[in-house]
Amino acid sequence: MNDRLKTARLVAVGLLGLALFNFPLLAVFDTDAVVAGVPALWAYLFGAWALVIALLGWIARSR
Amino acid sequence: MIDTRVIVVASAAYLALLFVIAYFGDRRADRGRSIISNGYIYALSIGVYASSWTYYGSVGRAATTGVGFLPIYLGATVMAAGWWLMLRKIIRICKQNRITSLADFISSRYGKSAVLGGLVTVIAVAGIVPYIALQLKAISNSFTILRGEPELAMTVAADPPILTDTALYVALLLAAFTIVFGTRHLDATERHEGMVAAIAFESLVKLVAFLAVGFYVTYVSFRGFGDLFGRARSDPDLAHLLRFGETQSYGSWLWLIVLSMLAILFLPRQWQLAVVENVDENHIKTATWVFPLYLLLINIFVLPIAIAGLVTFGSGGVSADAFVLVLPMADQQAMLTLFVFIGGLSAATGMVIVETIALSTMVSNSLVLPILLRRRSALADGRDLGRAILRIRRATIVAVLLLGFAYFRVADDALALVSIGLISFAAVAQFAPAILGGLYWRGATGRGATWGLLAGFVVWAYTLPLPSLAATGLVPESFVEDGPFGVGLLAPYALFGLDGLDEVSHSMLWSMLVNVGLFVGLSLTGRREPAEHVQASAFVDAFTHVGGGADARLWRGSATVGELRVLLARFLGDDGTRAALASYAAGTGADVSPGAAAEPELVQHVEALLAGAVGSAAARFIVGSVVEEEPLAVDEVLQILEETSEVLAYSRALERKSQQLQAATTELRHANERLQELDRLKDDFVSTVTHELRTPLTSIRAFSEILSDNPDLDPTERGDYLRIVVQETERLTRLINQVLDLSKLESGAAEWHIEPVDLGEIVTTSAHATAQIFREREVDLEVDMPGSAPIVRADRDRLVQVLLNLLSNAVKFCPRETGRVQIGIETRDGVARVDVRDNGPGIADADREVIFEKFRQGGDTRTNRPAGTGLGLPISRQIVEHLGGRLWVESHAGEGATFSFTLPVAVVGAGSPAGAEAREGET
Repeated sequence: MNDRLKTARLVAVGLLGLALFNFPLLAVFDTDAVVAGVPALWAYLFGAWALVIALLGWIARSR
Repeated sequence: MIDTRVIVVASAAYLALLFVIAYFGDRRADRGRSIISNGYIYALSIGVYASSWTYYGSVGRAATTGVGFLPIYLGATVMAAGWWLMLRKIIRICKQNRITSLADFISSRYGKSAVLGGLVTVIAVAGIVPYIALQLKAISNSFTILRGEPELAMTVAADPPILTDTALYVALLLAAFTIVFGTRHLDATERHEGMVAAIAFESLVKLVAFLAVGFYVTYVSFRGFGDLFGRARSDPDLAHLLRFGETQSYGSWLWLIVLSMLAILFLPRQWQLAVVENVDENHIKTATWVFPLYLLLINIFVLPIAIAGLVTFGSGGVSADAFVLVLPMADQQAMLTLFVFIGGLSAATGMVIVETIALSTMVSNSLVLPILLRRRSALADGRDLGRAILRIRRATIVAVLLLGFAYFRVADDALALVSIGLISFAAVAQFAPAILGGLYWRGATGRGATWGLLAGFVVWAYTLPLPSLAATGLVPESFVEDGPFGVGLLAPYALFGLDGLDEVSHSMLWSMLVNVGLFVGLSLTGRREPAEHVQASAFVDAFTHVGGGADARLWRGSATVGELRVLLARFLGDDGTRAALASYAAGTGADVSPGAAAEPELVQHVEALLAGAVGSAAARFIVGSVVEEEPLAVDEVLQILEETSEVLAYSRALERKSQQLQAATTELRHANERLQELDRLKDDFVSTVTHELRTPLTSIRAFSEILSDNPDLDPTERGDYLRIVVQETERLTRLINQVLDLSKLESGAAEWHIEPVDLGEIVTTSAHATAQIFREREVDLEVDMPGSAPIVRADRDRLVQVLLNLLSNAVKFCPRETGRVQIGIETRDGVARVDVRDNGPGIADADREVIFEKFRQGGDTRTNRPAGTGLGLPISRQIVEHLGGRLWVESHAGEGATFSFTLPVAVVGAGSPAGAEAREGET
């Protein structure tokens, strides 16, 4: 993958993170629901975070 | 609970281990085998971001706001995604310009301004001191808690006398440690490999320690995440921690994300490790995902620990900032507690060491040296300045730590750990416009950056640290509540009546508004200094910028190599200087003997070397002290820039040329194809001509042989044979003449006598010349001519040749007795047209163009071969086209044919006598 594309993909994932970590998506998960014993908000935040990290790792490591 | 001596010995042993690692790292670096040249170590060293704030403070914040501790790490993750874009550019710039600190970066970007560098340094120190106080507080509190009972966490508020305050000794110990780590020698690259190795190790220790205590609390003290979250849900006092809640707003959440995005780049310690200590740009790729992963791991147990603490101690029993330490203590887990303490020590010492090293570089290079160097005497007395710089740095380290201690004493329990940290984040966020603008906006000026920074800093100081002191009594409460002198509009937490935001968002809003506003406003309205032009393009175009060349010419002055050598030696030492000059000479082949005059490139190289050690602004002063620099006028800079644009213009011209060449190549290829086609045609022509020549020759030879073999031939027969031989000879001659004629015409070698010719006269002449043939074949010839025949510019004989050709063709195809040929002349729109119409068999559609080709005649040439050479029409067409006209035929099989040609009219003849003669000449 050429460098320009890699940069663009990384920045795009950053913007995705910015959207996932903020209002209004955050408000969607601000409920009393429980996912596998943990609160939905906590599960969502760590899940989205892990997703962003996985994407970053995938893009950064791909050639 | 744990004996003081055990704690002290364990801490000392840990610090000794760190020192061993650092020493080992430095040794390996000296031997050129770096142990930190690895993306994972790089990422771990950036993990210095997680300081005591993270280690102790996150749990404290989680205990009151639930997930409110997270945005600081989420923001860092978002920014990590932009590292490959932004951090890489910063690193590239710093390596190209030998920039070793954030202050130097900003100063260098805006024309190596000493004022700007000093301002940045002051802001950085003022902003970071509270942060260092936070670390001291964390270490000293954890120490106190560890010695006593968990409940003691509440009672540290009673300040001990200064000399018995643990924090003082912690501060002094850390100062000593940092001095040994960070200021062993002055180095042009300002890199500390051993320190980085130690910091990476510390990151590992604090992560493992925090995961250990998290795992213990969650899975040993309690029964996992589900159990803890379940208890929180069923407790009405804790249930709000699982929701976003009313304790925070989405607005301040966003502000915290933005703050941390900026902090992860612009905190001096982050800058030091991510930029200055970077070994290889490619390590950024690893850090982009490993560092966020590190943050995720270290935060995963934060909320569970906070809930466990609240469940165990109830709210208000123990400071939530101490839960990490107190929870294992309460379970009598001495070893784990000690390990957790060591982890906390790692978090705090790592931060303090790197932060003070970064600050000391800034203070010495961007604040003290420029002031010192203003007095030229500092350079004149020949002292070893390298040592002086190291002393300045050591003093700075001690001073910064003591300042931190002072802040700690004054503001100790007024704020939680996280609140103190956020004050620092907001301070370094002020650098964002100047740096990001400087990276991507060519038009950013030093004036805009200076005033923006200054104003942002003042607003920050007024709206964050100043009112925070109110809790200590240093500033009266009324100042915060009602504003200075009762002016409510100036109340520091609600400036101009802006109420309802939390204090950090409020401060960020106002400080960023004035900072960005002034930065952009002044940049757009002011002029750039000459030096700024050059630096702006060096920074903005870092990926395409080529050093040397134009830049070197900015130094116009005279100095000898000897003078520069002496200068360098005072900063880098004799050995360092010799090595540096030798490698320069080896690289460029320049003369570096002491007596030689220094080239501009060498002067620039020396400045770059010095910039690494003392910062760019100071380096310029120092080099300026020996180089008799002539001031560089604006027009000269503009000339340099012009030359650059000329080069650009050349390259564009080259591009154009290459396009033209490409077009020419295409044309040539077409021409070549055409040439090959012509070559083929020529071959055809030659074979046809030989064939045509052979036919009469064969017949001449045959009849001559008959005549020679039979001398007693009948005289009439003999006469017939001789006539055939003569006819064939004539045909042969005609053929050869025409071939010669055609080749002359085609090659352009034919002679032309162009003159005004009366077309009527030509027609008449031709009609007269062919009258005999017409009579012989009993074909009528009619000439239809207007009163005044047009005058054309032509070669008279050639034109007659054309007409003779057309007429003899016409008569040839006309039927005997009923045959009729008409000649018409008309003039229209400046074009004269001659038509020769016959009532012969006509020409088939397929043959209409073929007949104009050489040796091609209408009809089936094998069976019905008319007399003639097949060259008349091609020759006629050549002639007419040469004279600027057209020759064509209109015909349908069975209806006769009309051959027409046109010629441009030169003068319209006003009644020519030739016209009348022509009519008379009709047959």
